[in-house]
Amino acid sequence: MTTGILSFGAYLPRARLSRQAIFEANAWFNPGLKSLSVGERTMAGWDEDAVTMSTEAARACLEGKDRRNIGGLYMASTSYPFLDRQNSGIVADALNLRSNVQTLDFASSQRAGTSALLVALGGGSNAHPCIVTAADKRRTKSSTELELTSGDGAAALLVGDGEPLAVLLASHTETVDFVDHFRTEESEFDYTWEQRWVRDEGVMKIVPGAAQSLFSKTTVSPDQVTHACLPFPQKRTNRSLASKIGLREGAVRDNLQSNCGGTGTAHPLLMLAHALEDATPGDIILVAGFGQGCDVLLFQATEALASFRKRAAVEGQLALRREETNYQKFLAFNDLVVMDRGLRAETDKMTGLTTHYRNRDMTQGLVGGKCDRCGTVQYPKADICVNAECNAVSSLQDHPLADMAAKLNSYTADRLTYSADPPAYYGMVQFDVGGRLMTDITDVDPHVGLRVGMPMRMMFRVKDYDPKRGFRRYFWKAAPADIQ
Amino acid sequence: MTTGIRDKVAILGMGCSKFGERWSDNAENLMVEAFQEALVDAGIETNEIDAAWLATAIEEQHVGKSGVPLAMALRLPYIPVTRVENYCASGSDAFRGAAYAVASGACDIALALGVEKLKDTGYGGLPQRSRGTVNDMYWANVSAPGAFAQLATAYMAEHRVSREDLKKAMAHISVKSHDNGSRNPKAHLRKKINEDLVLEAPMIADPLGLFDCCGVSDGAACAIVTTPEIARSLGKRRLVTVKALQLAVSNGIEAQHNSWSGSHFATTRVAAKRAYEEAGISKPRDQISLTEVHDCFSVTELVTMEDLFLSPFGGSVADVRDGFFDAGGAIPCQIDGGLKCFGHPIGASGLRMIYEMYLQMQGRAEERQRQQEPVFGLTHNLGGFPHQNVCSVVIVGQEGA
Repeated sequence: MTTGILSFGAYLPRARLSRQAIFEANAWFNPGLKSLSVGERTMAGWDEDAVTMSTEAARACLEGKDRRNIGGLYMASTSYPFLDRQNSGIVADALNLRSNVQTLDFASSQRAGTSALLVALGGGSNAHPCIVTAADKRRTKSSTELELTSGDGAAALLVGDGEPLAVLLASHTETVDFVDHFRTEESEFDYTWEQRWVRDEGVMKIVPGAAQSLFSKTTVSPDQVTHACLPFPQKRTNRSLASKIGLREGAVRDNLQSNCGGTGTAHPLLMLAHALEDATPGDIILVAGFGQGCDVLLFQATEALASFRKRAAVEGQLALRREETNYQKFLAFNDLVVMDRGLRAETDKMTGLTTHYRNRDMTQGLVGGKCDRCGTVQYPKADICVNAECNAVSSLQDHPLADMAAKLNSYTADRLTYSADPPAYYGMVQFDVGGRLMTDITDVDPHVGLRVGMPMRMMFRVKDYDPKRGFRRYFWKAAPADIQ
Repeated sequence: MTTGIRDKVAILGMGCSKFGERWSDNAENLMVEAFQEALVDAGIETNEIDAAWLATAIEEQHVGKSGVPLAMALRLPYIPVTRVENYCASGSDAFRGAAYAVASGACDIALALGVEKLKDTGYGGLPQRSRGTVNDMYWANVSAPGAFAQLATAYMAEHRVSREDLKKAMAHISVKSHDNGSRNPKAHLRKKINEDLVLEAPMIADPLGLFDCCGVSDGAACAIVTTPEIARSLGKRRLVTVKALQLAVSNGIEAQHNSWSGSHFATTRVAAKRAYEEAGISKPRDQISLTEVHDCFSVTELVTMEDLFLSPFGGSVADVRDGFFDAGGAIPCQIDGGLKCFGHPIGASGLRMIYEMYLQMQGRAEERQRQQEPVFGLTHNLGGFPHQNVCSVVIVGQEGA
């Protein structure tokens, strides 16, 4: 059996904030941002975070795969919603993975994504594949370069034995305590040093060094690399880097800066997924992750990639875009501005941890029930079947609904109830297999709207924030099913 | 085989406070205001009441829990007091408790009083509150207008009614209720409006605009009930008696089973059928003289006309626009202004509706008095949401009818 990458997936929030809009709002203070004011960056919704985006990327990656066989879930991020509650465990729950799955959170460095991938590729028995997911929603200070060059997003790779789409030829890691930026327990935002120094003393020295060590471990030479995933936001940096490493210039892949932005720990994996979409069997893919050192990974695409059902993992996500030009909304979604959210927003959103634990399959897993007497699927799973012709007692078996196709039965756009992004859309969503629920609807394009009968899909999102206690609870919302 | 409630209970007296923004009054003041009117109307003393039922829905905003607030406010002499909460049907359900107590022979005279003090929240609309710890984890963040607005989207899809036609029919309903409310001195909203104003109003929950939504009010209403025999012994003539008291409560079919279309009230149909049978009414469209229905939103009233079998299925848009339910129409609906204009202090609303029927049947409705003498009056409450609710249907009428 060969170990390698068995599948890949990506998730990008639908909204794309125009960089011109960011620049225009900040030009009075920092006109120097003009050079970065082209293109757009992904912008997470108010109800998205690293956990929800990881879940969506993992769902895309696992489409058509047997989830019962998954042995590990490694997540990487530097923007974890929870500091002491395993974030990968929430993702595993949302994916309805078995409880004996090994979950790990990788953190504290922008190269946490590549490190998680390396651990998964090298870790013990891969008889049970491991899903590696990385996501970031980096909170940045207003009027910073990072605000313009960052994007929100996630990538996921399934690693294990079988017929891999790509195999790891070699890897190398350099650990250097090079502090180009940092964030501590006491600070809300990154503190960054001069970019020229970061480039010249950091990137341009550490990455080529690591690459040199990598190529010394393999017969492959740098000029044989067909896809180089260099995650730095400046195209010029990536070009100089390629030349210093000895890569062909044409091998340097689009860093997705123009239409997405740098997605932090997810970015090298996102670029790798993007490369796998384009690669043909035999192609050599180099991936670099940078942060207090460097991870470099060298893959080769296999014959299996040719017959792999083409999934537009990254391209598809890039295509599903909705332009946003409202910078104020971006500030509000990231809690960067003090807004009067109204008295209705003051409702206590306390979550009883007992209630939460007892009902986690129902809420985090969206597990409903199917009656073993009459076959009626229903949500939530109750003791007595809802079908009036049946009403059998204790007849419902677990029936996960998150991936079931659904249609919209009724809906509204509510401007009275509190929403962080009004109007609040919600409606009766009905699963084709049976079962329905009145649920919040997210990702509605106001120019397209909703209609009765519209195909819907469920998305894992933040349901409520509890600002008093810092907790957030997750649930599934419906979204218009995008045609892919 | 049950014999039902028909003609077993008579209304001895009723009272209703002025509804509205009662900034200077507590709930207790409103209760006393309604109670004093009813007591005088009944011609009895407080100590003749054997038992009482108190209806409030959002008690945490005003009186708090239990029957104690009623006993304290009215200084009831250590009699049984039960607090009833059943969403917007709370008032009707309290009335049901009092009527059943009299019908059973356990009480000679019983009191039902509903009160709500909603204008202490600091914002318009109903109070935003928890729906229960488990429900909060998965329910959509619904508001009342957002829940009921979905009737409109589902109704349009099911009956192939254009948005414009539906909006106009809904506007007709609101204009009519404002006309009626303008003739009611106790009503919260007393200004007449026109269709253009309704159609151009800001959207609250699509497609419901501001004027498609009823007022949120402070107020109280109460009924004193007894047997027809006792009523007569107290000198009462032309008795208004209870003909039917029905309640239907959702069991999850609408919310969880795909058999419900979303465009009607399953509970209302069941409660109405049972109520007509209990009252001995076979042709509601011909026999019902007046209705007070739960017009929390214009679309609720529109759909309810069908669910009460007053309009044919899919026929309410035409009936509404033909003026069938106007004050001068065949079956006036909300001749007192309805929830829309009389106001909606939740616990009081069901009793306020019966109060209007009682006045109309006794010819005491002054400026808004129906000239054609009413025989049967139907009141309807719908508490909760279209997909899971409590529906009450009460029919009162002339004794012997």
